[in-house]
Amino acid sequence: MTTSSRFLLAALALSGFAALAQPALAAGGAEKPPRQSWSFSGPFGTFDRAQLQRGFKVYREVCASCHGLEKLSFRNLSQPGGPGFTDGQVRTLATEYKVMDGPNEAGEMFERPARPSDRFPKPFPNAEAAKAANNGAVPPDFSVIAKARTYERGFPFYLFDIVTQYQEQGVDYITALLLGYEEPPKGVTVEAGLHWNRYFPGNKIAMGNPLVAVFDDAGKPHDPGFYTDGTPVTREQVSRDVTAFLMWAAEPKMEERKQTGAKVMLWLILLAGLLYLTKKRIWSRLEGAH
Amino acid sequence: MAEHHSSYVPKTGFERWLDARLPIVRLMHDSAVSYPVPRNLNYFWTFGGILMFMLVSQIVTGIVLVMHYTPHVDHAFQSVEHIMRDVNYGWLMRYMHSNGASMFFIAVYIHIFRGMYYGSYKAPREVLWILGVVIFLLMMATAFLGYVLPWGQMSFWGATVITNLFSAIPVVGETIVVWLWGGYSVDNPTLNRFFSLHYLLPFMIFGVVILHVWALHHVGQNNPSGVEVKNYKKDTVPFTPYATVKDLFAMVCFMIFFAWFVFYHPNFLGHADNYIPADPLKTPAHIVPEWYFLPFYGILRAIPDKLGGVVAMFASIAILAFLPWLDTSKVRSGKYRPWFKFAFWTFVLVSVLLGYTGSQPTDKVVLAIGGRTVMDMVFFAQILTAIYFAYFLIMLPLLGLIEKPKALPASIADSVLGPAGSGHIAGAHAAPPKH
Repeated sequence: MTTSSRFLLAALALSGFAALAQPALAAGGAEKPPRQSWSFSGPFGTFDRAQLQRGFKVYREVCASCHGLEKLSFRNLSQPGGPGFTDGQVRTLATEYKVMDGPNEAGEMFERPARPSDRFPKPFPNAEAAKAANNGAVPPDFSVIAKARTYERGFPFYLFDIVTQYQEQGVDYITALLLGYEEPPKGVTVEAGLHWNRYFPGNKIAMGNPLVAVFDDAGKPHDPGFYTDGTPVTREQVSRDVTAFLMWAAEPKMEERKQTGAKVMLWLILLAGLLYLTKKRIWSRLEGAH
Repeated sequence: MAEHHSSYVPKTGFERWLDARLPIVRLMHDSAVSYPVPRNLNYFWTFGGILMFMLVSQIVTGIVLVMHYTPHVDHAFQSVEHIMRDVNYGWLMRYMHSNGASMFFIAVYIHIFRGMYYGSYKAPREVLWILGVVIFLLMMATAFLGYVLPWGQMSFWGATVITNLFSAIPVVGETIVVWLWGGYSVDNPTLNRFFSLHYLLPFMIFGVVILHVWALHHVGQNNPSGVEVKNYKKDTVPFTPYATVKDLFAMVCFMIFFAWFVFYHPNFLGHADNYIPADPLKTPAHIVPEWYFLPFYGILRAIPDKLGGVVAMFASIAILAFLPWLDTSKVRSGKYRPWFKFAFWTFVLVSVLLGYTGSQPTDKVVLAIGGRTVMDMVFFAQILTAIYFAYFLIMLPLLGLIEKPKALPASIADSVLGPAGSGHIAGAHAAPPKH
């Protein structure tokens, strides 16, 4: 018994060390992104329609020239649980894009205005073209980017996340990344074509600060009327809006999922309660039942 | 409890006619209604039913997913997103299937540890246990193959790392790897055959599960006291309604746990990297298998030699099959074995810690004194691996010889009611041997 209890103690002690040895910084020396509050977090979370519409505007005017949204169709923009554009708005929007179609009767490919059923056209015809236009780096597609990015939570926080349902690591990171462009710290050289970012793993990111398209160096918007719904145009607001839009793009059925979940949970808990009572009743027939 | 006779009485003319030709109703009656169950089973015994539910759930959701999935390197990732976006309740099918794999393993690990604690592998249940080990192996293969199908970064690189393990086999290793890949790297032929095998293996699991249940029903269930059934009337209850309602209740509780992840936290158990389409030219920063493989991955990386690591990893699973003969104790249930209890819980802890080492970079410092590294992750994993194997090869053989077990109850009924009362069960009786 002494041997095994010593093993047990040693193992426990070691696991304690292991927990303490977690580095404060995420991989590559980047800082952990600050936690944001999102309308879509938690079991009853829903997207903020106005925020998604603003985020779509940011995506379209700032990101879309390099980052595709190839798994989304225009029609998705008017589907329930999304930005809530009307079908008419989506039809009009689609016609502003050109897509390749064909072949026609003459056997030739032709361009036509997009329809709501078309997918968003890709910004580059292929990866090589994307590389050539972007200093050798391929700008990733944005369809599922909000689920493809994260940061390490570390033990024991990821266990708490099971209960708290914190799963917005991806969007917290993207928002932080957009706001994380800074002058490099003293003594750090950033190679040509790279930019220093507080939250990017390794701190050196190929993408330049995209917010310069909306804001000047002092953080003032080039166009104070950028948002038409009266929302103040700040760097934080714009970053959060586009990130929320990306979350919807990655998980367009999230509202349906959570709302179905509430019903399923209620039903299962009720059923479990009834089964428990039935079980007790049946087992009480036994002498000495516990 | 070796034999119990059928208590099935055909009621209608059709039932009598069928029973004389194909006694299938009798079989169902005997195995799911009158089958005698030890009356002292605790809730750890409900995981067999839960596992059956998970297997069916995986097969049903899997079959629906196949209707919309395309096993081709250019379309696999896209088709999974198509399921998530355009297929009615596709998100539900896919999240049930991907989280279902984890739930399956949670349940199977509880099931295995339960068997180990209560000595369920001991005679006459050795074959039952070995069939369980076979199911576990098939499950691991199925889960690995399935994880490759979405063709994300972790899919691709996980497949690359695991198939490369076979190159450690002397002489024929490289040939085997090329044969597994169907080419000179993980590519479209690999994805195609993995898809084919991922569809095949669950049905093989189903087949072995039938053997597993058959063996179980032949030898009867073990129970927390580890004492065999002596008197059917006193020690057992009929499967229906007693075990049926208890299993159902436990199953629904497990479904609540399952639903928590499916509806509210569907990507918690996966990797963000797998939402990046597979890129053979870009290795992810950390290639980490799914959580349920981590202890074995920890053992693999603990051995500095590649072949040694592969052998140790497979040995760590294969050794389970020898458990019935490695444990020398005459007493079945760990409840009456004070020293075994310590060894067992140490083993559980070591398994969890091995999983932790498997999830971490190998050069990570575990223990440093005064800035000097005393222990890195590899060394830590080596200690844990040694304890893991010591449990099977030293502890279990030795403990049976030197340990003094506590007094066993005279019967199952005694363990429930105390030695004084062991009265009759009011109401229905389990099928007793025919008088």
